Amino acid sequence: MASTPSSDKGKASGQGTASDKDTELGTPEPETTDPKRPSDHFDSDDTEVTQPRLGPLGYLRFFWRQLTSMRTALFLLLLVAFAAVPGSLVPQITSDPNGVIQYKQENPGWSKVLDFLGVFNTYSSVWFSAIYILLFISLVGCIIPRTMHHVQALRTPPPKTPARLDRLPGYLSTESVDATDATVDEGIVAARQVLRSGRYRTRIFGDSASAERGYLRETGNLVFHIALVGILISVGFGGGFIWTGQKVVPVGQSFANTLSDYDSISPGRWFDPDGLSPYKLTLTNFVAKYDESNSADFGDPIDYTAYVRTQVPGEATKNQTIKVNSPLHIGGTDVYLLSNGYAPVVTVRSPAGKVVFSGPVPFLPQDTNLTSQGVIKIPDGLAKEIGMVGFFYPTECGSGTCGVAPSSVDPRQINPVLTLQVFTGNLGLNTGKPVNAYSLDTDKLTQLDGQGTGKKGLTLTPGKTVNLPNGLGTIEFNKAIHYAGLDIHHDPTQFWVLSFAVLVFLGLITGLFIPRRRVWIKAVRTGNTVHYEYAGLARGEDPRLDEAVAEIARKHSQLLGISMKP
Amino acid sequence: MNETSLVNDSLVAVYSAMFVYALAFIFFTYDLAKRMSEGKQLTAAPADALVSRAGANASAGRSTTALLDRPALPPEVTFKPRRSTAARLGMVFTVMAWILHVGGTVLRGVAAHRVPWANMYEFTLTATAIIIGVFLVMQFWQDLQFLGAYITGFVLVAVAVATTSFYVDVVPLPPALQSYWLVIHVFVASLGTGFYGLGAALSITQLVQARREAKGLRLIPGVPGAQRLETLAYRLIVVGFVFWTFTLIAGSIWAEHAWGRYWGWDTKEVWTFIVWVIFAGYIHARATRGWRGSRSATLAIIGFAAVVFNFTIVNIYFHGLHSYSGL
Repeated sequence: MASTPSSDKGKASGQGTASDKDTELGTPEPETTDPKRPSDHFDSDDTEVTQPRLGPLGYLRFFWRQLTSMRTALFLLLLVAFAAVPGSLVPQITSDPNGVIQYKQENPGWSKVLDFLGVFNTYSSVWFSAIYILLFISLVGCIIPRTMHHVQALRTPPPKTPARLDRLPGYLSTESVDATDATVDEGIVAARQVLRSGRYRTRIFGDSASAERGYLRETGNLVFHIALVGILISVGFGGGFIWTGQKVVPVGQSFANTLSDYDSISPGRWFDPDGLSPYKLTLTNFVAKYDESNSADFGDPIDYTAYVRTQVPGEATKNQTIKVNSPLHIGGTDVYLLSNGYAPVVTVRSPAGKVVFSGPVPFLPQDTNLTSQGVIKIPDGLAKEIGMVGFFYPTECGSGTCGVAPSSVDPRQINPVLTLQVFTGNLGLNTGKPVNAYSLDTDKLTQLDGQGTGKKGLTLTPGKTVNLPNGLGTIEFNKAIHYAGLDIHHDPTQFWVLSFAVLVFLGLITGLFIPRRRVWIKAVRTGNTVHYEYAGLARGEDPRLDEAVAEIARKHSQLLGISMKP
Repeated sequence: MNETSLVNDSLVAVYSAMFVYALAFIFFTYDLAKRMSEGKQLTAAPADALVSRAGANASAGRSTTALLDRPALPPEVTFKPRRSTAARLGMVFTVMAWILHVGGTVLRGVAAHRVPWANMYEFTLTATAIIIGVFLVMQFWQDLQFLGAYITGFVLVAVAVATTSFYVDVVPLPPALQSYWLVIHVFVASLGTGFYGLGAALSITQLVQARREAKGLRLIPGVPGAQRLETLAYRLIVVGFVFWTFTLIAGSIWAEHAWGRYWGWDTKEVWTFIVWVIFAGYIHARATRGWRGSRSATLAIIGFAAVVFNFTIVNIYFHGLHSYSGL
């Protein structure tokens, strides 16, 4: 628990620690308004004693004390930082699944060890969870007693004025001559007034006023730590209600928010497919702008906008846009534009001219110039099942200019070219098992043309129709259109996590920057003279204690008509 | 004025700033070397000698007179700032270089029609300008000239690496960076970096002084004692910690807008988290018996090293979503 250390001033000036100060100054009253801190806290008064023999309960208490001590908390904190490192060195399944596959291929032996240790899933691994759960148990074990203690402290008036103020930080004294009995009373009334106006909780003890302020410091400190627990609980328990789905939508096509219409979905533990709000959105247009004015980043994207028409049951259809930094909020979900690319529109006909397939096929971008790879599968309608693997080049450079192999030199469509290789065999689409639409397992298929077969693969430009090999039929490349890769998320934890994060921040600021301090004003009468003494004590980091005491002394003197000289 | 000439003006200003920083560095280093070689013992002067008690001269005013009795100030506050000509020249050059530095950074932003912290080159310019800015402003409260050599040296190296290795031309922002969070999140991150950087500088000095104190050697003249340095470092670092906390929260909000989730253990997120935890550890260490002093100072230095690592190695070599270095 981060409780802030006390001011160094008192310590450095050889005035001893808070504990011996109290005994020395004769204040036996227990420090009930002090924050309750772990025994090894810098400001804690506990001193280590020789332990008696412990029974089972004693051991439990001993371990609990160990777990909730500052040293353990600090150790666990540093361990969390240390344990988080491997997850940044090795690709993670959650954030970079393809990276994990590649890493495993490159390091087959080593990755077995890492896999065993769960390093590819560091942040939900047993060991990482164990560390942070222990840390949070330690934290809760600190927060609960400390909160109860603080609630009590809030109701406890400031402690008695110490017998001697002249050894405390910020000590000042003024002198008033020709004093009477009334002078002292007047002085104490004025003291109360000054301290109260400075928002001090003030208590009068005979000829002195004892005051304390800054209880909000400990409140902020507690709020900070409780809110951290709140974030953990929100994520831990709310996580089951999160679901995320993906859908690739070519321009002109629609997406309905039903389970069957998703390309893929990762449901949380408590995902309810019937709870999906039945909205529909149609991608009416997609505009990608690329930089054409700068040579330094020619062709780099500068804007993506997806224009959608949305239909929520019972509401009028609306035209809206989705951009990279502005998701669409609809039907309890957020729709993000996370990727985009080209979908060549092709028409496949049987030798008799019957259309067996017609439509856009999304291809996955491979580089910044949107060289895209994709698969066209025709399971029915032709003499044989065929699968086509190929590339789409929005601006094919032209052989001779850029080398023999085709390549794209611009993400815009200036010279679009589609190349395909045709395979035949069982595509495995009728087994009922889900199959990746973007890949074709060619191991068990027969290649009919292209590389290694002696026949040239298919090369198409928009509007062109070519024959499929072996007289299987024809394929026409109509044009290529944009598609938007949408992520649809439902995350009820967002609200809670953000609220707790705001509390964390506010708690942090109050816990660190509001000074907790005690101030005393004392009137000492010797015959005709009254000395007013002022002193303070920092309860935690308080760089301005001396200034604050001096300011109180100034105001008090002003009120009493005592002129102060430096 | 067209953009190209603005970009060139910006570069000229940055190169000039580097030259003047180099001058400042030379003078500060000379001053530091001289301090180290001075044989005079400057430990805490006897407290009483420094106190002017205004007692016993109760002049007869009206019915009341007042006198202020100030007790001994703690020795840590009363160390004598030592101002040599070399250090003074170092400060003058630092101020000049800083004006050029800020000018160059602002021109870069004007040329790009946006905030000048959208790639590594610009971020380095802004963050180092903040380090120097805080260093200069701090002088009003505390003489920190002894840090001049470290600070100008660090900034000089950082800006030199930025201009030679991180430099990219002014180009429009990619879609993912087109957000007002770029203004907030990244600027606060550079503020945090600035405060952590100065805090680490003080912590390094603290370690040096603590070793001298432990060995009974004389302290470096004009440099506060370890305890005072620790207090100063702590104050800067807690401010840095608040900025860093805000950076994490703002970054999460932005990540939710741009990537669809507020936290995904992206490499940059991981390292920003690690830095946050290290400095949380630092604050706890300062409150733990046996961990004050040199141990917590070491944590502060490790923390700032993690910040630098996060900015350089993670940005350039680690695979992640924060690949906006433009390299």
